Amino acid sequence: MVKKRIIINEEYCMGCRLCEVYCVTQRSRSKDILKAYKGEYPRPVSGIVFEEKGPMSFALQCRHCEEPPCVEACLTGALYVDDETGRVLHDGERCVGCWMCIMVCPVGVIKPDVDNRVVASKCDLCIEAEEPACVAHCPNEAIQLVEIEEKA
Amino acid sequence: MRYLIIGNSVAGVHCVEAIRGVDKEGPITICSDEETLNYSRPLLSYYLGGRIAEDRLAFRDEAFYQRHSVDLILEKKATGLDTKKRRVSLADGTRLPYDRLLLSVGGVPIVPPIDGLRHDTTGVFTFIQLQETKRLINYIEQESIQEAVVLGAGLIGLKAIEGLIERGVRVTVIELVDRVLANTFDTEASSILEARLAAHGCTVIKRDTIQQIKTKGKKVRQLVLKSGTEISTSLLIVAVGVRPNLALVKGTTIRTDRGIVVDEYMRTSAEDVYAAGDCAQGLDFLSKENVVIAIWPVAARQGKIAGLNMSGFQTPYPGLFAMNSVQIMDIPTISFGMTTPPDGKGYEVLHRVDRTRSLYKKIILKDNRVVGAILLNAIERAGVYGMLIREGIDVKGFKDQLLNDDFGLLVLPKEFRKHLVAGESFVA
Repeated sequence: MVKKRIIINEEYCMGCRLCEVYCVTQRSRSKDILKAYKGEYPRPVSGIVFEEKGPMSFALQCRHCEEPPCVEACLTGALYVDDETGRVLHDGERCVGCWMCIMVCPVGVIKPDVDNRVVASKCDLCIEAEEPACVAHCPNEAIQLVEIEEKA
Repeated sequence: MRYLIIGNSVAGVHCVEAIRGVDKEGPITICSDEETLNYSRPLLSYYLGGRIAEDRLAFRDEAFYQRHSVDLILEKKATGLDTKKRRVSLADGTRLPYDRLLLSVGGVPIVPPIDGLRHDTTGVFTFIQLQETKRLINYIEQESIQEAVVLGAGLIGLKAIEGLIERGVRVTVIELVDRVLANTFDTEASSILEARLAAHGCTVIKRDTIQQIKTKGKKVRQLVLKSGTEISTSLLIVAVGVRPNLALVKGTTIRTDRGIVVDEYMRTSAEDVYAAGDCAQGLDFLSKENVVIAIWPVAARQGKIAGLNMSGFQTPYPGLFAMNSVQIMDIPTISFGMTTPPDGKGYEVLHRVDRTRSLYKKIILKDNRVVGAILLNAIERAGVYGMLIREGIDVKGFKDQLLNDDFGLLVLPKEFRKHLVAGESFVA
């Protein structure tokens, strides 16, 4: 099976954080950058974890692990692997906010919405779009979409 | 190859998924004494509290069993195991043969002997099983319960308290030791939670236990504590702990200790019999000893590893360690591994407290490696600490940053970080 995955080239990251801006836009109702930031409450949370220190920076999103520990640890079945694409997806309706996924994610990319007790955001590789928004809008190819062959 | 799985909870379900990844043909039978399709025990407190309806308790739907060609037998209790003739007998006399057997029979709640507590005393419940939780909810509604007592302030006790408080019931909790969640937390973390419990009107009685139960007819009416205190109540939830369910292996040659002892392939001492989950005593990653770790992720992984080995795909269990994620009274908490290290054994403790925000972070190190952590109200990126434990990363170079709010992967050695995010090796 050929699967799409995002790879990170941290050497190329300039720290512009456009990936976050466009991730939020993609997750908004309007899909419009200005409306998403100025008119939608609560504003969607980005599926990206951004890290920065001095000259170093990178953006990271769900790795869509082949054997995802978050799916294994999920108490409700809200997290699951999509059979066709191998993407790790999250069903917000089933989620109760137990944070087991946050406990076991080795790279720490699942964010909690503690007040509403639900996983706030989980990268779905922009399932509705042709190309993930963070990839499409990264000006320096620090975030790249690749196709990988995985065992069936 | 005929597979038989006793128990239809998380270990059993993950075993099925693993078997079907290897063997699409062999008939699989799951036998459970429960009445319901399947349900997530940790969700019972959400159900008690009215946060979720009964139809959301299942973590796999009915189609799961069809898709994996599983013959599901419900409401039948397995009562006998013959490892020579390779069959399990049920309470109704049915005999189920197997080529490979998984025991994922879970745990049973401990009910200590208390003077005055009889088998038929009403108003006394445990809190790990759905049917009993339904009876508990009925009882609360029918008796218009306003106040309740919970015996035991461990994880199950605290989740019961939370569910009761959400129902508007005032709770008194009685704990034998000097603090709540003593098995998982340290004094600081416990005191933060105790303050939060008090703020929700929960009375916490420590260093005490119930000596006598007084009843009116069969119904619980009053509790007499060891200290002499008397508490009037018509509802008592006993939550002092859970022990592995060894009923089915009793009288067989299968080796048991605290739980059913399993090797690195999740095999018991009897040929072709495997065990996984809360009944199993498997490898603890940290102590390298066989320990019962009765938590969801361990049951899931052990069930999966058992399934792979049962279907001939030999895979060793790497051993996990204790970890928990529980939100109690609006405080999200996550803990890993060794949380209260013994003095003088070379452990180093880093911590940060902000009581005004109920925030607490504690990291336990040994030889510059993380071996445990407690996180209260600061759970973002918690999994990274778990990863540091599992990978045995030397944190000497960034020890001073471990407690920071923005702690993440950036402090790691570049090569390791690249390897980690490349997505090659996420099988923990």
